[in-house]
Amino acid sequence: MIVTQIPTIAPAKTNSDKQVIEINNLRKGFDQQEVLKNVSLQLFNGENLVVLGKSGSGKSVLIKCIVRLLNPDDGTIDVFGENVSSLNRDGLGELRKKIGFLFQSGALYDSMTVKQNLEFPLRRIKKDLTQKEIDEKINEVLENVGLSEALDKMPSQLSGGMRKRISLARTIVVDPMIMLYDEPTTGLDPVTSDEISSLINEVQKKYKTSSIIITHDIECARATANRVIMLHDGEVYQEGKLEEFEKSADALIKSFFK
Amino acid sequence: MSRKANDINRSIMKKYTPVIKVIPNLRNAKKQTIKLSEKTFEKIEKAHNFLTDVADVFLFITRLTKETFSRDFEFREFLRQCFQVGYKALPLISVTGIIMGLVLAIQSRPALVHFGAVSMLPGMVAISLIREMGPVITALICAGKIGSGMGAELGSMKVTEQIDAMEVSSTNPIKFLIVTRVLAATLMIPLLVLYADGLGIVGSWAGANIKGDVTFVLFFSQAFSQIQFIDFFPAVIKSFFFGAVIGLVGCYKGYTAGRGTESVGIAANSAVVLSSLLVIIIDLIAVQITDMI
Repeated sequence: MIVTQIPTIAPAKTNSDKQVIEINNLRKGFDQQEVLKNVSLQLFNGENLVVLGKSGSGKSVLIKCIVRLLNPDDGTIDVFGENVSSLNRDGLGELRKKIGFLFQSGALYDSMTVKQNLEFPLRRIKKDLTQKEIDEKINEVLENVGLSEALDKMPSQLSGGMRKRISLARTIVVDPMIMLYDEPTTGLDPVTSDEISSLINEVQKKYKTSSIIITHDIECARATANRVIMLHDGEVYQEGKLEEFEKSADALIKSFFK
Repeated sequence: MSRKANDINRSIMKKYTPVIKVIPNLRNAKKQTIKLSEKTFEKIEKAHNFLTDVADVFLFITRLTKETFSRDFEFREFLRQCFQVGYKALPLISVTGIIMGLVLAIQSRPALVHFGAVSMLPGMVAISLIREMGPVITALICAGKIGSGMGAELGSMKVTEQIDAMEVSSTNPIKFLIVTRVLAATLMIPLLVLYADGLGIVGSWAGANIKGDVTFVLFFSQAFSQIQFIDFFPAVIKSFFFGAVIGLVGCYKGYTAGRGTESVGIAANSAVVLSSLLVIIIDLIAVQITDMI
């Protein structure tokens, strides 16, 4: 299902006023450096929220705090109304089952084939599935990302774009409700970047996901954003529709959108 | 004061400011601390880092122990690791075992011939191999092969975010990656030691036959007639500890590796160095305990 032309920006859902993620006054630092100073944002149901910002502005740290790969120093993160920081290990495990995380590097397991990579989360999150159902599900998602032939390949045999697509397949195979994309198009050529952007929109439509897309790739933002937030120096610099960013006279924003 | 010392100073003051606020007598310590030299700050930082490392190791072992006895044991991954640790080390252990016995026999024979005690050769070699050389040399070889492999594999998984990916897939990486590897090493290394001991005795028979003439059956019966339970049992027990420490150090170094690619090499290297050192230390302790028994 590789789409050669990028679909137009999907409009936000009608029930978009329902928040799935709410972050208030988030602070996170490492040693003496404060990466996130005071970040507050909301992700609404069914929308693609693009978080823009320069390298080192704390974008990746932000989404890692959402799944508690990093613990915030201060502030609250509510996902589906649950405070992430207050969850115990079981509660956090249950919450993570609803969230898909596409890593910047793909993070495919090197020692496993593509099929085993996809089976890994499926067996652990959907424990009641039979082997036949698992195989069907894997074939379906591989077809969705246009890589059915890669089933028995090792990650080392895949190109950068293929690794990203398999990684996306591994994320959506468990039907997450929220998708967190960490620089999905970084290091890819423009054509493959467009394909990944198309896939993000397809995932939003088909799996009805709400997504946060961390990027500094403006073409990816243009292709996928329903709403945009720009982070600068650890704080929310501006928030709004993409069109507002495009028309902005602000020097920093203009430097991104030129 | 240099910029580095100022940074360290600020860091320490930030950490201990709450303490200074709480304890009135320490309020004046702020001025004194600023006057301390760069070397003092470096020493304080080193001590702080050392204590932090010790605490980290303790927490790691505590979590590992807890996860080992919790539900949902990853049995398939454990079997895969047993295969990786045990079967894949066989060629190296085979060569090492045979050469170990061969060299021991060739080196010992002239001295025994000199004293007219060449018939003691099989027993002496067997006791040396089973009590000391087999376990220690096998463990050191495994520290190099298995410990470094675990350190490098887990380190690269950390760098490429595979461990994070596992965690967000609701999989406990300690249980899946660490428990299985440590248990596999603990179980497989004693088996490899026994295997190396057996091949070592075969090698020593070959060594004894270079200049002598003794049948395989006679050599073996003479060798095993000298071995008692006290020779065999402590060696097997200490091999379990060797295995555990090799698995533990390899996994700890890999799991706690930094984010850069350089840290993969550091993790592999330090896993070998530290586990080899610990093998020698455990051996020393085991010898003392056996001696007391």
